[in-house]
Amino acid sequence: MNKAEVKKLSFYYSSVQALKDISLPIEEKKVTAVIGPSGCGKSTLLRCFNRMHDLYPGNRYDGEILLHPDSINLVGAHIDPIEIRMRIGMVFQKPNPFPKSIYENVVYGLKVRGIKKKRLIDEKCEKSLRDAALWEEVKDRLHKPAFNLSGGQQQRLCIARALATEPEILLFDEPTSALDPIATARVEELIEELKEKVTIVIVTHNMQQAARISDSTAFLYMGELIEFGKTKQLFTNPREKKTEDYITGRFG
Amino acid sequence: MILFLAAFSSIAITAGIIGILLYESLQFFKVVSLVDFLTDRKWTPLFADAHYGIMSLASGTLVTSIVALVLALPVGTIIAIYLSEYAPYRMREILKPLIELLGAIPTVIYGYFALLFVTPLLQFFLPHLSTFNMLSAGLVMGVMIIPYVSSLSEDAMRGVPMHIREASYAMGATRFQTALGAVMPSAFSGISSAYILAFSRAIGETMVVAIAAGMQPNFTIDPREPAATITAYIVQVSLGDLPHGTIGYQTIFAAGLMLFSMTFLFNLMGHFLKKRFRKVY
Repeated sequence: MNKAEVKKLSFYYSSVQALKDISLPIEEKKVTAVIGPSGCGKSTLLRCFNRMHDLYPGNRYDGEILLHPDSINLVGAHIDPIEIRMRIGMVFQKPNPFPKSIYENVVYGLKVRGIKKKRLIDEKCEKSLRDAALWEEVKDRLHKPAFNLSGGQQQRLCIARALATEPEILLFDEPTSALDPIATARVEELIEELKEKVTIVIVTHNMQQAARISDSTAFLYMGELIEFGKTKQLFTNPREKKTEDYITGRFG
Repeated sequence: MILFLAAFSSIAITAGIIGILLYESLQFFKVVSLVDFLTDRKWTPLFADAHYGIMSLASGTLVTSIVALVLALPVGTIIAIYLSEYAPYRMREILKPLIELLGAIPTVIYGYFALLFVTPLLQFFLPHLSTFNMLSAGLVMGVMIIPYVSSLSEDAMRGVPMHIREASYAMGATRFQTALGAVMPSAFSGISSAYILAFSRAIGETMVVAIAAGMQPNFTIDPREPAATITAYIVQVSLGDLPHGTIGYQTIFAAGLMLFSMTFLFNLMGHFLKKRFRKVY
């Protein structure tokens, strides 16, 4: 089952084409990894899914990303990006909690959606923090500033924040690149648990990470999709010469 | 060495000013007790029946300042949000200097603008408003300090890194929700220093209130009344010909010390507030 399909997607930063004619399926409740060398367009591709590019002037999409079951085109010109972002969550490269309490951070998305019922909000807060494997560590200091948490905890808090609104797809943009190995391992474990509940797309520059946690992998190079396939197949028996060169460390 | 002297001179000058303020005030407080100074409700230092109640001047200062802030803080903040979060680049480049120009108009012009334009306008709605009143002076002073609030708050908000905004937008927040829920809390320390600067500026403002609010000390909190502020009193008395060393002359310094204590207190409060809420992102 596909949760989304990228179809002939191109993307332009003003006049520079950053993505060229990309097509790939995103399987439901699976982890899809996007790998490739710096500047290959992997983050650009991820940020098309929740229309982050709309925040900056001069950007243009071509082609479509269909979100199922209603087959809405995520990059359609007449589709409101806010509506899209309500359905698709994102976790960023650097933990970016708000300068508020832990509780306020988790419930931010609920407040944004106009949910007012205190009990509902409290329940969702606890559930999201449990799902993000952070509840036990923070349950006694929910109303303390989020900045007091360690980097790894902050990143799990950002995951809880994204989970609170029950997104259909959760995007991870190199979520562990600012974390130490132990915090990285915890986030990776978490991603594997989360795929029971939500479809995940993760961008990573770390090939071992992609190999460890993803079901399918897309390899991007210079804005083009070179190869897409089951992770196991792509890493053990790549069809393309470029993919092989990249995963064996000959460049990148 | 020259650099050090330059830096040192500003400290020396400040110390000198405080020294003279304290010395002359001390002479004053040899005659008038501090309790009378703070509790007497009349300020008539030059009358035969002399009273030295600073509160009737301080009330004028506080009322005009509060009227000014009630106007300047919300308007200035809204302008800052617009400039930082909504305005396209070109619009901001035109609007910001224009607003900052408000701060470049000589204060004496603001004073007569309040007296000769704003007061008659207000009298249209409030027929019993006296010619000299704190409301009009305060409002015009508010317009005058809008650029302080808007410009500094905008700088603080624009200094908030983009990844904070992205986090908010990615949650499905609108521009307005992002400005209020993510950008403003992140810029809290900068915005609060803008507010404190605006307050100090309002307390210390002289010309507008001396011209438009009247020169009569008046212990009241009703902004429709005329009243003298501390600064208006100082300028009024120092323009006269009071002999050096008299009690009347020393009142200037006592009033000045009061003013200094008020701004100092607020700056101090602001400093602690900033430290308490300092955010590292």
